[in-house]
Amino acid sequence: MSAAAEETVAAPPRRRLRLALWLLTRSFSSMLGLFLVTGIVVLALIGPWIVPYPDDVAGGVNLANKLQPPSRAHWFGTDEVGNDILTRVIVGARVSLLVGIGITFAAAAIGVPLGILAGLAGGRLREAIMRFTDLFLSVPGLVLAIALVAALGPGIGNAMVALILVWWPGYVRLAESKALSIREEPFIEAARVAGASRARILRRHVLPNSISPLIVKMSMDIGQAILAVASLGFIGLGAKPPTPEWGAMISIARGYLPEWWWYAMAPGVFIYLAVLGFNLLGDGLRDILDPRSNRG
Amino acid sequence: MTDALLHAQGLAKTFEGRRGLFQPASRIQAVADVDIVLARGAALGIVGESGCGKSTLARLLLRLIPPSAGTIRFDGQDITALEEHAMRPLRRRMQLIHQNPSAALDPRLSAEDAVAEPLRIHGVASGRALRDRVAALLAEVGLPSAFLHRFPHELSGGQKQRVCIARALALQPELLVLDEPTSALDVSVQAQILDVLEELRARRGLAYLFISHNLAVVRQVCERVAVMYLGRVVEEGTAAAVLGAPRHPYTRALLGSVPRLGARGMAPAAAGEPPNPAAPPQGCAFHPRCAIAVDACRSSIPPLLAVGDGHHVRCPLSL
Amino acid sequence: MTALVEIRDFRLSFDTFDGTAQVLDGINLTLNAGDTLGIVGETGCGKSVLARSLLALNPSPPARIVSGEIRFRGDDILRLPERGMRKLRGRAISMVFQDPASYLNPLLSVGTQMEDAIRGQDAAAGARARPRHAARALAAVLLAAVGLPEPARLLDSHPHQLSGGMRQRVLIAMALAGEPALLVADEPTTALDVTVQAQVLALIARLVADRGLALMLISHDLGVVAASCARVAVMYAGTVVEEAPTTELLARPLHPYARGLIAAVPDLDRPDHRPQGIPGSIPGLIAPPTGCRFHPRCPAATHRCRTEKPLPRALLPGRAVACHHAVP
Repeated sequence: MSAAAEETVAAPPRRRLRLALWLLTRSFSSMLGLFLVTGIVVLALIGPWIVPYPDDVAGGVNLANKLQPPSRAHWFGTDEVGNDILTRVIVGARVSLLVGIGITFAAAAIGVPLGILAGLAGGRLREAIMRFTDLFLSVPGLVLAIALVAALGPGIGNAMVALILVWWPGYVRLAESKALSIREEPFIEAARVAGASRARILRRHVLPNSISPLIVKMSMDIGQAILAVASLGFIGLGAKPPTPEWGAMISIARGYLPEWWWYAMAPGVFIYLAVLGFNLLGDGLRDILDPRSNRG
Repeated sequence: MTDALLHAQGLAKTFEGRRGLFQPASRIQAVADVDIVLARGAALGIVGESGCGKSTLARLLLRLIPPSAGTIRFDGQDITALEEHAMRPLRRRMQLIHQNPSAALDPRLSAEDAVAEPLRIHGVASGRALRDRVAALLAEVGLPSAFLHRFPHELSGGQKQRVCIARALALQPELLVLDEPTSALDVSVQAQILDVLEELRARRGLAYLFISHNLAVVRQVCERVAVMYLGRVVEEGTAAAVLGAPRHPYTRALLGSVPRLGARGMAPAAAGEPPNPAAPPQGCAFHPRCAIAVDACRSSIPPLLAVGDGHHVRCPLSL
Repeated sequence: MTALVEIRDFRLSFDTFDGTAQVLDGINLTLNAGDTLGIVGETGCGKSVLARSLLALNPSPPARIVSGEIRFRGDDILRLPERGMRKLRGRAISMVFQDPASYLNPLLSVGTQMEDAIRGQDAAAGARARPRHAARALAAVLLAAVGLPEPARLLDSHPHQLSGGMRQRVLIAMALAGEPALLVADEPTTALDVTVQAQVLALIARLVADRGLALMLISHDLGVVAASCARVAVMYAGTVVEEAPTTELLARPLHPYARGLIAAVPDLDRPDHRPQGIPGSIPGLIAPPTGCRFHPRCPAATHRCRTEKPLPRALLPGRAVACHHAVP
């Protein structure tokens, strides 16, 4: 409120950090999101070294042990060839996280420059970029991705390529609208008056001020990308067994429902928690990065 | 007149609205037929209400937007049609101060970085010399070095405007265009900023184009004043003449509407409101609100007529 | 006789990340029926928060009432539940705001919005809402009362078709719907051009006189307050530093801040008179200055000012000054 607007405050970077933490800790859902995402990242980093049955990662065959229900030895039970499901789900975190992050960053790397270019250039170039983007956006993403993978051939690499190809247009839209609004800010005019070139205005003013909403979108998109890859895996177009990928695991586990329910449950729960975590974190980041919430 | 720093003739700007699916393109004549002469070291006030075109005029004169008609000369050089890259060296010599200092500063740059930016762009200084120069500039506008590393959200409105002024001074301009420099500020801070501006003008010989809706402030800062209404100058002359003995009915209405500290009660000095620039009245734009309008006012736009020493009025009835 | 509004030692704070901001620090004001009181002060002095407190419009959190009372016709409204407050809003106390555009719904016609407001007043009063056509008839009468021509046509138009001055008139008409005893106007003309401002101020003055309304006008502009109000309270950093009849305050301000504020206003009629700024800037309210909140900027501050909070003293009849050193 206006009353607090004239506050003088402590050193900026530390205050910002404390403020961010305060805003984050104030919200239960943001904290839950942070907790879930941290958990998945930790699993992805150290997973292979902490799993109880490292030999099961590559997919050994131990039929004597197959389809065991959850027990103290196998918390999530074992699969149809006797591998420990907990082991495979933990290792799968690395696959899913890498794929989710990879898709999101690649899509942003394509979409953001195009969007900012469109927003700043205006005119025909903008029309061309935006109409081309609309073309992609007018087809349901997953359907387009399925068609692309079908053409490229199944496999985790091709699934990523297909998802990147359907994912970038969202970033064009966001970056363009952000660039359009920042372009009208008086401080951009001030930079022009100071004699700044277009490139400098872009680098120094437009990009840094567009980052916040992009970070929020990327956080949420990582969760969505994990889900999309799992979906492709589920219909057999993504990772191929025995790669420990969550979607592919559920795809096989489907055949063992309902008697061997634990097989599908473990990867399902992990997908759910990962998507939930990134979405909640994205929400929390939006609250932190929105300057209007600064006053608390 | 030849050694005027800024000289604009017949300046006009028409904005073409986008044609809608079911409606024709709208045209808004934001500025029409404006002549401006600003001598070195002089201060010219541009006053008028919202939509009168004063901010558009500022951006035309700085060549931030291209004019639809007319010529602009800066220090004798015709800059009307210069390309952006050819304008860039001239930008050092003409600077702009915005109305809202909070929006005019990049929220991610500290005071030091904001003031350093023009110096970096033009490669004027770097390293230690740059930092010293920035500190000196901030000191000149009354901000001690404790403020160097503050970000905009840690500064008060007056402090932010001081940073903006320091940034504008960095390249040692000859012309400062001030677009409502104090209207976002509190009155006690406004007086401080006006003091800074007057000191700077005296010390550096700056010329000011001072745009404001606050007549008292313009009267204090400027020697000459032009009053705008719907894109045109309706009265122009010395501040003492225009604001002390106004001739145009609109200028009179404007002055009559300013609340004075001494007077209780408020008698509206003009009926109605400024017209929509997209649908301007025929003839003199002020005639629908004018108490003395005659038939001729409704049919043709009156010319600017000389009524005394450098005093011009766009109203034949005020002669 | 009970006063219309009586504010006693009212304290309100905002809980923020950096701490608790003491936004209003012991406000005392009295408003009788038909009074016109201007509240003047600069950004962050708490004048809008005070105005909103009368209608319990400050969002809570962050706002928190610390102590004191606001009595309307003798009843403490700070302890009123939201239901009771709703009965008061619009009917006893009405408010108009700075930015008329954002207080009208762009999708609904003026008529629909006014009908809704009028029928809402009926419902809040516990009566049956009058039929739409009756509400519409009253809306037309109100629009005519605020000087808008062709009310019938206006009722069918949408906010974007109106100018800023017309929108503010529509909002004033809506504020009159419940026949309030007090109109609180928070910077009602700040968003308007000066010629239109003069019209709206004249309208408010006429309504106040004709209807016997009490007026609390919040403004940063001393000129606006001088034109509209018989009495004025000057606020600084959450305190009322001086309260006086307007002409007396302008002629001879007793508080150093009031003096500084008046000296800072440029005078159109005296261009040779140089406005003087007040050195320094507004203090933070989380850790406000001890003693008198103005002391860091006051040329006459002494040790006492730094340690002891000055209470309002009635130095002259009808004048209260919160300064240790002010003399009549």
